[in-house]
This record gives sequence, C-alpha cells and structure tokens, in this order.
Amino acid sequence: MTPTYYLLLSALLFTIGAVGVLVRRNAIVVFMCVELMLNAVNLSLVTFARINGQLSGQIMAFFVMVVAAAEVVVGLAIIMSIFRTRRTASVDDSNLLKY
Amino acid sequence: MSVISSVLLLAQEQPAAPPTQVEAPSVTAIWPILIVLGAACVSVLLEALLPRHLRWSSQVVLSLLTIAGAGLALVIYLKDAPVKGEVVLNGTLVVDRPGLFLWGTLLALSLGAVLLIADRSVEPGGAFVASAAIRPGTIQDRAQVASTGMQTEVFPLTLFALGGMMTFCVANDLLTMFVALEVLSLPLYLMCGLARRRRLLSQEAAVKYFLLGAFASAFFLYGVALLYGYSGSVRMSDIASAAAGSDRSDTLLFAGMGLLVVGLLFKASVGPFHTWTPDVYQGAPTPVTAFMGACTKVAAFGGILRVLQVAFQSTQWEWRGVLWGVAIVSMVIGAVLGLTQTDVKRMIAYSSVAHAGFLLIGAIALTQKGLSGTLFYLLTYGFTTLAAFGVISLVRDSSGEATHLSQWAGLAKRSPLLAGVFTFLLLALAGIPLTSGFVGKFVVFEAALSDGMGPLVVIALIASAVAAFFYLRVIVLMYFSEPAADGPTVTVPGAFTTAAITLGVLVTLLLGVAPAFALDWAGSGAFAIQ
Repeated sequence: MTPTYYLLLSALLFTIGAVGVLVRRNAIVVFMCVELMLNAVNLSLVTFARINGQLSGQIMAFFVMVVAAAEVVVGLAIIMSIFRTRRTASVDDSNLLKY
Repeated sequence: MSVISSVLLLAQEQPAAPPTQVEAPSVTAIWPILIVLGAACVSVLLEALLPRHLRWSSQVVLSLLTIAGAGLALVIYLKDAPVKGEVVLNGTLVVDRPGLFLWGTLLALSLGAVLLIADRSVEPGGAFVASAAIRPGTIQDRAQVASTGMQTEVFPLTLFALGGMMTFCVANDLLTMFVALEVLSLPLYLMCGLARRRRLLSQEAAVKYFLLGAFASAFFLYGVALLYGYSGSVRMSDIASAAAGSDRSDTLLFAGMGLLVVGLLFKASVGPFHTWTPDVYQGAPTPVTAFMGACTKVAAFGGILRVLQVAFQSTQWEWRGVLWGVAIVSMVIGAVLGLTQTDVKRMIAYSSVAHAGFLLIGAIALTQKGLSGTLFYLLTYGFTTLAAFGVISLVRDSSGEATHLSQWAGLAKRSPLLAGVFTFLLLALAGIPLTSGFVGKFVVFEAALSDGMGPLVVIALIASAVAAFFYLRVIVLMYFSEPAADGPTVTVPGAFTTAAITLGVLVTLLLGVAPAFALDWAGSGAFAIQ
C-alpha cells in the first residue's frame, strides 16, 4: 500500500475535524474535533517521515501528543468552569458578548 | 532570588563538550528566556509553598525582578552580540538582531502589564477573582467580590506566557515555533477567565478564545506537517532552500504555507481571522487585555515576519497578492466595524484589527526597511495600547468598570487629567504627528511605497482616516457632552497603575518626538538565515 493513501486519510480526518468544529454545538464535542485534527496531523507527520526516510517526523508526533495533552488540561478546566455555572456546555448559549 | 541564581548556575554548569561532534549548548544568548521560564517555575513553587497572605507580595517582587533580570541579561548580551546572529540549542533557536529587538519590546511591555496585573488600589484585591473555583452568582461569589483575596496563579501564568512569546520570536524551526505558540497561548486562555467581576463574560471569553485558538493552532500544525512533507525538514532555512530550486510539488508548499500563515494571522488578530478579538478583549480582565493586546501582537508579528522573510522569501511573487487582500480586509473590517461599537474595550479591539492590517503591510514588504518599520510600529503600538487599557481600568461605577461609551460622556469635566491622557493615546492610535503612532505609520507606509505597493498604501491611508473618526468621536464625547448624573467616577490610581500608564504615555511621546534611537536599533540587522 502506498503512503499516499495515508496522506489522503489524514486529510480526510482533518477535514472531518474542521467541519465538526464548525457545525457541532457542544463545547466538549468541538474540543474532541480539534483533537481529531491534531491526530490527523500526527498521521501526516509519521507518513511523511516514512516517505522521507527520516525519524524526525515521528519525534514531532510525540511533541504534538504532549502539547495536545497540555491543551486538554487547560481546555477541560475552562469548559468545566463554564459548565458549572450554566449547567450546559452548548456554545450557542454562550452569547453574552456581542455588539 | 537565591533560587533564580541557582537556576542560572544550573544553566551555566552545562557539561563540557564531549569529544563527539555534539556541541555543548551555548546559553549566553538565551539567558533572558532561561531567566523568565526558570522564574515561572519558581513562581509555581511559591504558589504551592507559601501561605496565602504572603503570596501576592512575593509574586509581585519575583515577577518584577525576573523581568528586570532578563532585561539586564539582554543588555549585557547586546554589547557583544554578533551582528549576523547566533544559533543556539542545536539550531532550534536563532538569536539575531530583530529577535533581540522583539525581546526588548516584550520585556518592556510585560513590565507595564505586570504592574497593571499587580495593582490592588483601583479595586481592593485586584482585578482577579479571589478563587476561580467559586461559581458565579452564588453567595460565595458576592463575598469574593468584596474580599481582598486574589488568584495569584496569574503571575506564574504571565511569566510562562512571556517565556513562550520570547521563544516564539526566535524560533528557528517550525516545531519549536508550534511549542512556543502553545506555551504562550495556554496561560492566556486561563488568564482570560479570571476576572473578579462580570465573571460570566470572562468565562465566556476564555471558552471562545480557547476553542478558536485550539482550532487555529491545529491549522498551524497541519501547515507544519505539509511543509515537512515538502522539504523533509521543519528548519526555516531548509524550507527556503527547498522552495528556491526544486521541481517538487508546489501544492504541498503553498497548502502548507497557507495553513501555517492562517494560524499565525489568527494569533495576530488580522481580519478576517479576528472574530475572537472583540469578545476576548471585552470579556477578559482589563490588565490581561492589556498584556494580550500589547505582547501577543508583538510576538505574533515577530513570528510572521520571520516566517515570511526567512522561509518564503523566494516564493513571494506567488503569495504576495493573497496577503495584499488579507491586509485590505483587515484594515476595512477594523475601521468600519470600529465605527459601530458602543463599548470602549471592543472599540480598541477593532482598532487593533485595523492596526494589524497596517502591520501586515510592513510585514509583506520583504525589505530591510519593511522589517525595521514593522518592528518599530510594534514597539509604538504596544506601549500606546498598554497605557490605553490602563486608563480604561480607572473609569468605574458601582458594578466595576464602566466601559459603555455613553458612560464616558463629559468625562473631561470630572477628570481633566484622565481625559487628556486618553485623548493623547487615542491621537497616537490615530497616527497624529508628534505621537509615536505617526512615526510608526510613516515608516511602514514608506517601506511599502518603496517596495512597489502604492495602491495598498492609498487604501491604508483611507482606512486610517476612517479609523481616526471613531477615535475622535470618543474625544468629542469626553469633552463636549454633558456628564450623566449617575455617571462613573474616575478612580485615583495607586503607584503600580500610575507607573504603567506613565511608562506607556512617556514612550508614546518620546518615540513621537525623538524616534531615531529606536529606529536605529530596529534597523540594526536582518534575520539570520541559518
């Protein structure tokens, strides 16, 4: 199987994640879609490392995982704090800030 | 301080070069970063170990000493810094003249921001919530508004964000840049949600900033992956040499570059990627808005300048047209939507979108003049914004800050000094001569003109004229309207806020009258390509 298929899969996953961020309404689901995008990038990085015959792409995937884990900590803390106040995690209900 | 010096000693005690080809990391160039990040770790320890009543004072002392120490290390290094720049830590960071200028700007701006964050005279206990875990709207929440406690974790978060920004400006490869981007963003997301009053707005701002910021950094990262696939390396100079002469697929290069730049433009709040800016500027505690507005802009444009000038210089004829369009959209959005705003913090946010457009004009003039002009503009814009938010935090009524424009009517009659200072800052943002804003716009537009971007400069001049209208509207409102009977009062600031506002106003005036020194420094060298 040629590595190109993995790149296509990664692009597909990234697109699904991006569309999910735009159309889903629950902050947790939006956040999961962002994580899907990051993991799609990981797949690309590893595939490119294979194509280029290097290790550095795989190392980068580890960096991305660590950063994503840190992002989860901060993100869930923020979403939790707003959920405790409003009893909902819908991003449509967060509408106090506007013109 | 003894802990800081032990951190420094640790940094010094790197093992001597082993006989293999691995070189010993030379750290003299990056001492400022090491000091800031080391002190951020110490600051976390202080939070864990000190009793609550000692934390505020020790954190303030530590933060101010850290920034002063990093500034001192920068000045010492600057004396014998090589003009060509120096690559450190196995090529992940490159400390060159523009990088050093950005460090100096960031440290000076964050000094003002830390003073604003630390202030407890405007509001007893400061602008930050006593305990972020208290649910808004409960009895405990009403008690915390009156209390003098403060979530002092905001100081380590500030230092981490500052360390991330400084690393971001000197990152030599895109992976380092991504990690630095997250190190600067994650603390900012948290700091946005820590306001003492109007906590629902503050938490909402944090959620919006976080979700959109994470979305944008995913785009940035996919761009990094595609560029890695294109050139087999994430080092900017390698991408540049791969792009200069190869028959590889341009799709990967331009798709990667597009995604990467979208992520950067988001951080710099350039329109049409600005949608988070007004909400977050309005909802975040005002000292955090000041920190964000000034320092994040500097760091993000530092990154944009480096990426465009180092990695994509050779392909500029392909992508320049697109960024022309982005700059125009940003200026138009900022100027036109700024006219319709009724909240002073939102108004400054739209003004920052317009300014981001002006800055982008300087950034796409890929000449030495464009570089030095943009760096100088960043310096002037940062100090003016910092002081403006300092002033905004002083106009208050019983429910906190009075940011609605109608409440600012007739403010000159209540406090001529505050109205005068704010007028001066607005004139600087509008770019009136004898303020730093004029010199900044002048050098950027001149660089753009000499690089053949005449039409863009004409549009920029029209946009600044439109933007000047909404600054003048506030001035007219303050001087020529009758004050409302139940209008806000102007708080007399304590030493910290006074110092921060004075710093911003003085720099705005000095750079407007005698800009030569800063212009020379900004133009003292180009990005190191290695």
